[in-house]
Amino acid sequence: MKRAGRVLLALVVLVAIAAPWLAPNPPAQVFDDLLYAPPTPIRFTPAPSIYPQRLVSRLERRFEQDREHPAALQWFTDGRLATVPEAQGGPLLLLGADRFGRDTFSRLLYGARATLALAAVSTLLALAIGALIGGVAGYAGGTLDDLLSRFTDFVLVLPAMYVALALRAVMPLVLPPATVFVLLGGIFALLGWPIVARGVRAIIASERERDYAVAGHALGATPARILLRHLLPAAGGYLGVQATLLLPAFILAEATLSYVGLGFPETVPTWGTMLQEAANVSMLAEAPWMLAPAAAIFVVVLAVNLAVQGTGRAPVQLEP
Amino acid sequence: MARFLARRLLFALVLVLVVSSASLVLARLAPGDVTAQLGPFATPAEIASTRARFDLDRTPLQQLMLWAGRAMRFEFGDSFQYNRPVRELIGRAAANTAALAIVALAVATFVGIPLGIFTGSRRGTAAAVVRGASLVFLSVPPLLTSLFLVFIAATTRILPPGGMTTAGVLEMSWSAWLLDVAIHLPLPALALALPIAATFERLQSQSMADALHQPFAVAALARGVAPHDVITRHAWPVSLRPICAVYGLAIGALLSGSFVVEFVTAWPGLGRLMYEALRARDIYLVAGCAATGGLFLAFGSLIGDLLLAAADPRVREAQAGA
Repeated sequence: MKRAGRVLLALVVLVAIAAPWLAPNPPAQVFDDLLYAPPTPIRFTPAPSIYPQRLVSRLERRFEQDREHPAALQWFTDGRLATVPEAQGGPLLLLGADRFGRDTFSRLLYGARATLALAAVSTLLALAIGALIGGVAGYAGGTLDDLLSRFTDFVLVLPAMYVALALRAVMPLVLPPATVFVLLGGIFALLGWPIVARGVRAIIASERERDYAVAGHALGATPARILLRHLLPAAGGYLGVQATLLLPAFILAEATLSYVGLGFPETVPTWGTMLQEAANVSMLAEAPWMLAPAAAIFVVVLAVNLAVQGTGRAPVQLEP
Repeated sequence: MARFLARRLLFALVLVLVVSSASLVLARLAPGDVTAQLGPFATPAEIASTRARFDLDRTPLQQLMLWAGRAMRFEFGDSFQYNRPVRELIGRAAANTAALAIVALAVATFVGIPLGIFTGSRRGTAAAVVRGASLVFLSVPPLLTSLFLVFIAATTRILPPGGMTTAGVLEMSWSAWLLDVAIHLPLPALALALPIAATFERLQSQSMADALHQPFAVAALARGVAPHDVITRHAWPVSLRPICAVYGLAIGALLSGSFVVEFVTAWPGLGRLMYEALRARDIYLVAGCAATGGLFLAFGSLIGDLLLAAADPRVREAQAGA
């Protein structure tokens, strides 16, 4: 089970990296007559091919498959693994099309890049801030420790989603994608660090009393050196466990903010902006493939849960 | 105990104060203000008078002080957007959110804990199935459960996919209204409850298994006490500690989760109100929503602490001594 989780995670990351090669269509390409077009499943006999589909009724959004003339998949053309050019009966829509007639599957692959990159960057930031604040609190002790710990506990109590919402909503609502990326990364890091800091503080506070730390101090090492080079590595295992908790939370936070229209602009494919299309309940019943990003999020969270399952407690024993 | 309660009340006061003033200042400093809603043809005089009416012509600090002074007398200002007192708007939304959260918490408790006792004390296929199911539900946060349930409701039409009441229900009698709300409630409540139920199940299962391995449980079994009695009367009370500890935290999760669920299922609660207030730069409404959220949080963590004290005598003694 643990291995299955790791393999699944590695697979998702690989797919995200190889998105431009794996995606059958460019993510922004609009197929005019294929709004909400259903998926075109691949037929494997006699050769891998799809049935070309054509719009029959624009009002009823009805499509017809041309079963007489299957269009064969073209391998390794245009730098793509498999695609069907429009001129030859395409496009290949593995997960149907969205309301603008864009390929859901290709957008899902590209969306994995933005979503996972944002989650990974925010996780690293949150770990860094948490390790720093927790480390300083644990190492310094006394009043500084008290102050930092109180502050940490206070931020920890706040419901993260509301704070993220408030922080994002008070910024200008329309921003370029790069700015949104930086902004969301910062907000997520600000929300994620307290839980990290609390654990790190406990570890550092107990490690500080150990002989090697005392010896380092006696040999004249500066506090910064002792903290960064000698004490923080002891919290490494704990940081790893926290990363597996923060990553899915941040993926979800991006999805939620984009879903309510406060994340990335609609033109950028992320799992959140794609999920926004699922907000249209009446279309959801007709075009269930709009839920594909939800399935993707589920797979990633499940993979993380499987990967950390059975590790039980954090490898480092914390103070009770 | 009195000192403990006093400390918690002080904490609640600080939480509400800090959260509401921070959000007031934050919303005030945000670009854009209420005058954007007057449209492009408003005269400078109209804009100035509107700004003056909502204290927008003062500095943020002055405005905060004015607002805090009035809040002491339970006057939380008017909403720009709805042109009504904030208190009225929030009262209704908070009641809706509280109803949703309480039902979800009850469902999560009555589903999660018995199943956790079951999987923690038994082996076999049924327990493995429950364990697997809860691992799956642990991986579907409220955003996904609510979307999925809305999808099912929209395709099967068993339950209404969104809203709290049907249109026109206000003309009906209160019993019809109650029935109508009762039909709309299960979907959002279930969406909110499922991940929390899975968390409870996992925790209860783990702590039940731990408790059953402790010497007192083994001794009771060896003396010939029926396994059922050992589980329900001896091991269960001991295993409750981690559950109670997580109850206080569950309130935060419920609030965060209920925002998403309210949004997806169009439940007219605090989350939606706050979102719309934030977007419209409706400063007093934002501050009011934040204060209410802070109150909920403080209340939740107080309940969590009391539960913990009820379940664990050691905590009770520590609190009495503090």
